[in-house]
Amino acid sequence: MDRMPAWADAVLVPLFSIVLAAILSALVILAIGENPVEAFSLMVDGALMRSAGWGYTLYYTTNFIFTGLAVAVAFHAKMFNIGGEGQAAIGGLGVALICLFIPWPHWSLALIGATLGAAAFGAAWAFIPAYLQAKRGSHIVITTIMFNFIAAAVLNYVLVNLLRPAGAMDPATEIFPQATHLPSFQDMFAGGGSLFRGAPANITFFVAVLACVAVWLLIWRTRLGYEIRAFGHSETATRYAGISTVRITVVAMLISGGLAGLMAINTTMGEAERLVMNATEGAGFIGIAVALMGRSHPFGVFLAALLFGFLYQGGAELALWTDIPRELITVIQALVILFTGALDNMVRMPLESVFGTLRRRRSPKPAPTTPSE
Amino acid sequence: MTMMKTVLGTAAALALSAGAALADPALIYDLGGKFDKSFNEAAFNGAERWSEETGGSYRDIELQSEAQREQALRRFAERGFNPIITTGFSMSTPIANIAADYPDTKFVTIDGFVDPEEHPNVLSILFSEHQGSFLVGMLAAMASESDTVGFVGGMDIPLIRKFACGYAQGVKAVNEDATVISNMTGTTPAAWNDPVKGSELAQAQISQGADVIFAAAGGTGLGVLQTVADEGAHGIGVDSNQNYLHPDQMLTSMLKRVDVAVADAMEAGADLETGVQVLGLAEDGVGYAVDEYNESLITEEMAAAVEEAKAQIISGEIEVHDYTSDDSCPVLDF
Repeated sequence: MDRMPAWADAVLVPLFSIVLAAILSALVILAIGENPVEAFSLMVDGALMRSAGWGYTLYYTTNFIFTGLAVAVAFHAKMFNIGGEGQAAIGGLGVALICLFIPWPHWSLALIGATLGAAAFGAAWAFIPAYLQAKRGSHIVITTIMFNFIAAAVLNYVLVNLLRPAGAMDPATEIFPQATHLPSFQDMFAGGGSLFRGAPANITFFVAVLACVAVWLLIWRTRLGYEIRAFGHSETATRYAGISTVRITVVAMLISGGLAGLMAINTTMGEAERLVMNATEGAGFIGIAVALMGRSHPFGVFLAALLFGFLYQGGAELALWTDIPRELITVIQALVILFTGALDNMVRMPLESVFGTLRRRRSPKPAPTTPSE
Repeated sequence: MTMMKTVLGTAAALALSAGAALADPALIYDLGGKFDKSFNEAAFNGAERWSEETGGSYRDIELQSEAQREQALRRFAERGFNPIITTGFSMSTPIANIAADYPDTKFVTIDGFVDPEEHPNVLSILFSEHQGSFLVGMLAAMASESDTVGFVGGMDIPLIRKFACGYAQGVKAVNEDATVISNMTGTTPAAWNDPVKGSELAQAQISQGADVIFAAAGGTGLGVLQTVADEGAHGIGVDSNQNYLHPDQMLTSMLKRVDVAVADAMEAGADLETGVQVLGLAEDGVGYAVDEYNESLITEEMAAAVEEAKAQIISGEIEVHDYTSDDSCPVLDF
């Protein structure tokens, strides 16, 4: 088996995948009669050349970091949590309840409260599938995806019937009190100027960065992280080593659900400043692609989230200034997911053989092999 | 750095020149998408008609996410588009958030409400859907032989309950003992575009005896109307005139003249009068469709009864209850 150096695995494979996806996207754009170079420069210009563009890119990035980390933690325990969508939606409910019904004196305290609330609600939503998996063997993929729909229905019921201000059309809560409004990038960096004007990026971005560090510490520097990874590698060996598989399954999913729930701080408290029906908008599913592409490592997740943030914001710019239909923008985003997630081996195997050839050339004596006789 | 400056400078210059050259209108569709054969498409048709008649051009965008609402508003406003027309009640809060930053730009929210005192540059256009639904409810009750009629809504939100409540009142006004079966397709935005589920709901309602079904469900309604036609029952379309979908099977369509509202706003351009407009039966903002595809189904008696009720609603003799006024419906439980 030809092995690649770690840096090639972490850098070259995703890079080649992105390039392939970009080439294919360019062909698709050509096919509908638009100019791919123009489209690409429009995306870069809109997402990275303006401060407000960065503000949107980092806003989306924040969402994807949280959901990407959520999926990554579950991956380490060999579980496929595709319920990030529902966990984030219920996390939003936690944020809303905490912001609406507790009179916070200052946003910093409210942020801590909302963080705990979002994590607790998201974790609670992940608990049921986790328990069913651990105790009853109900497959986590099936149960978490079903819980997405239940979460949507719960949220709809709560918003339409309980939290909606009387007479309002929109199934949404009222605006959170002024004291809970989080400082946006404009408040923090513009100093009264127009830097980041109108962009939704806010202090939650730094919470997301902290979460990356915390997940790294958890997975590689704590006993629990070791147990999670051990469980992911071999359930039987873990049980033999005296680690409770039920406990690890449940704990890993609680952490995963909590991380997904944290996303709601960004969308609900940071951006909308009220709980709207459709606050998660697929970020739970993007998280899967982000975790796959980031190799379930927090730093990789951060970079992949940044890429998807760019794609989302760049896609919005395309929708604004070209006639490329939004379905096609989804196609472009999907191509990136396809190449980085699903078709990973298509890039990896040729690369591996290239590295294998290089190594053989450098060391003329082949590694000793056992002769067949 | 210099490279960066050049790029930024060019971009800024481009933006400025674009802004100076344009005072075109812009149109922002809600998440349902431009081609939903219903609400958003009505807005698109209005814009296209305006464009054909006047030779003017406009820019439009189909939103993909919640965060894009404010973004699209700001970007269009910064580039000098005027007026900026939006569809769907979800745009009202974003407009209220940003309107003060662009005092020279006029914003239009169709189906949404923004306080005109606070934001003098916003026009809120509201439709009295309950009145139009009342009339098609009457038609449904008169056409029904089983005295059972159905309603299939899209996403379970107050606006759709307003349709259902008006419809049920119309049914009861003709036949006190008629049964109204009401179902909502779902609780997520996907409910606007799920024709398969719509078809199943229609099937279920028909098996319970319904022979006229009103679909107020965006793209989902297409599935409802298809099944209704296949089963030999009668369907009622919504927002746009959908009678042509199934000739001689569609009883009528509840019209909501979003197209007229959009075309009028574009026609007015930057001189648009702001404030609040409520378009009901009196303003021809809502109504029911009669054309060559359904005239065989509407008898003279039916037409006379509905026209009489219409006049009575306009004069105030009949008051149709609006679900959203107090979040309850006297004749239908949700």
